[in-house]
Amino acid sequence: MAFDGVDFYKIDDLLTEEEVQIRDTVRGWVDDNVIPIIEKHAREGTFPMHLARQMGEMGFLGANLEGYGCPGLSNVAYGLICQELERGDSGIRSFCSVQGSLVMFPIHAYGTEEQKQKWLPRLASGEAIGCFGLTEPDHGSNPSGMITRAEDKGDHYLLNGAKMWITNGTLADVAVVWAKLDGVIRGFLVERGMPGFSAPEMHGKHSLRASVTSELVFQDVRLPKENILPGVTGLKGPLSCLTNARYGISWGALGAAMACFDSARKYSVSRIQFGKPIASFQLVQDKLAFMLREITKGQLLAWRLGRLKDEHRLEPAQVSLAKMNNVQIALQIARTAREIHGANGILDEYPVMRHMANLESVYTYEGTHDIHNLVLGQWITGIAAYS
Amino acid sequence: MKIGVCVKSTPDTAITRFKYTSGNDGIDAAQVKFTVNPYDEFAVEEAARMKEAHGGEVVAVTVGDAGAGKVLRETLAVGVDRGVHVDAVNTDSLATARLLAAVARSEGFGVLFCGKVAVDDQASAVPAMVAELLGWPHVSVVTAFSTDGATFTASRAVGGGVEEVVTGALPVVITAERGLNEPRYQKLKDIMAAKKKVVGVVTPESLGVSAADLAPVVTFSAYADPPERPKGRVIPGDAAEAARELVRLLRDEAKVL
Repeated sequence: MAFDGVDFYKIDDLLTEEEVQIRDTVRGWVDDNVIPIIEKHAREGTFPMHLARQMGEMGFLGANLEGYGCPGLSNVAYGLICQELERGDSGIRSFCSVQGSLVMFPIHAYGTEEQKQKWLPRLASGEAIGCFGLTEPDHGSNPSGMITRAEDKGDHYLLNGAKMWITNGTLADVAVVWAKLDGVIRGFLVERGMPGFSAPEMHGKHSLRASVTSELVFQDVRLPKENILPGVTGLKGPLSCLTNARYGISWGALGAAMACFDSARKYSVSRIQFGKPIASFQLVQDKLAFMLREITKGQLLAWRLGRLKDEHRLEPAQVSLAKMNNVQIALQIARTAREIHGANGILDEYPVMRHMANLESVYTYEGTHDIHNLVLGQWITGIAAYS
Repeated sequence: MKIGVCVKSTPDTAITRFKYTSGNDGIDAAQVKFTVNPYDEFAVEEAARMKEAHGGEVVAVTVGDAGAGKVLRETLAVGVDRGVHVDAVNTDSLATARLLAAVARSEGFGVLFCGKVAVDDQASAVPAMVAELLGWPHVSVVTAFSTDGATFTASRAVGGGVEEVVTGALPVVITAERGLNEPRYQKLKDIMAAKKKVVGVVTPESLGVSAADLAPVVTFSAYADPPERPKGRVIPGDAAEAARELVRLLRDEAKVL
């Protein structure tokens, strides 16, 4: 039987007709195009490249942006897209998050008209792929310590440094790179093929195997003056992108949790031990009830957050709460689902261990769980523990 | 040319668990998620492709309650320009056919596409009745369709691997079989654009169909599950002996040989 959603609290009633229709459309697309191929790609460690164009044609890329070939959907609709994509795989949702929230969003918000015209339609259609370079080998949770630097050489900028853990890096036609110019963080558009720019793929991942993760290396890259994002200076630039991406993750993680819950529920009613389905046992029911409880709470968090975002009343700390909560519960649900599947849970015949391994990355990227805790700590006390 | 397409709201059989109403006289609709009848999706796609090739307007029609009208809206994101929702109870196939034929007449359709069957009652009755009421030819279970705007060619699989090719002049009622085409996905921008499209609600009276015309000629008295399938039997013994016993049982008990 096909996946028919998790909606214990009639959350569909809180969505518009279009939002439900969009969610169902993405759900069907994922069932047809992601789930049948994803285990193979995860096993082989490859990103299903043919899906990039399809996601563009469907309108998943930059879905909540207006104009330049973007459909201009509500943030709740964008969240539902993330949820359904991540029900397929966190790597597919990561592709969409990076393209839409981390690449298209800053060009849309801070770019020149020429930059928008040049990149946004091609990024929206999936014809061009983008990546986002903020994290460095030695600067993860502390991005303001970055060492990547741009120097003003009069008629061009000279870029030197390195970025790490960059989703889509090797695939990208354009990289939104954050570097210090005279000590101030600025955004630059670095294009594939520019001399001195390389993006080797990182290998050996046990997580997000159906997604490309890369380093970005800049050795005396000469950037034309028009490749700077003029609209923002300081850490606010990259953080505003991350707020958007983290918002999508708070929905996406629920998709992974739903996939694990659905698999565990189906497995538990069909797996017979001691002459009856293991779903008859109280310990298994306790696990399933935990999953439903946490998914339902997470849905309400994500939905409310989306409506606040639609009303432009969203605070970054609210996004931190939803991101950290929903990823944590998704990871717990994935691990619990693996337990319910017993030994079968470690096989790629079931999606649970893939989701579990993926969620270990999601737990850490886009602001680690601990850093989001500290963001909340600062909101509560007014004292930043990390400064 | 106005291209008509008939759409029925039917339970999503991929995810629906059916329950009967208390008197076993119907399906409890409150427990069911409704969607576009899957065969109607092929009809919608064919209508959209015909418009893309020849121009015109694609008008989707449904008969049913407000829920059916909502399902009709989904077709507006996959190539339908406008909807007509006949607000009436689906009593039986003939009543539905009378309403659809009245719409086809008042709209002046040049062709009407339907699914070959609705997956709820499996009657396969309405399209042929509509054709008869309109005095149009009708080609069923179509797997390939082409038209130059005046004449058409339609292929249908008639069994045994034989393909029958039918040609004629428009207007015609075509019923779509799986394989006629690959229905497109609802693209998100098309879902948003569909918000601006119109579904007109009409009543039987406004179509000139009277209550007497709609009196059902078929009534449904009760629904019941098919009998539970008996458990399979394992025939013991070595292969040759078991095979002999299997053949005997198939001949004497099952009487299929």
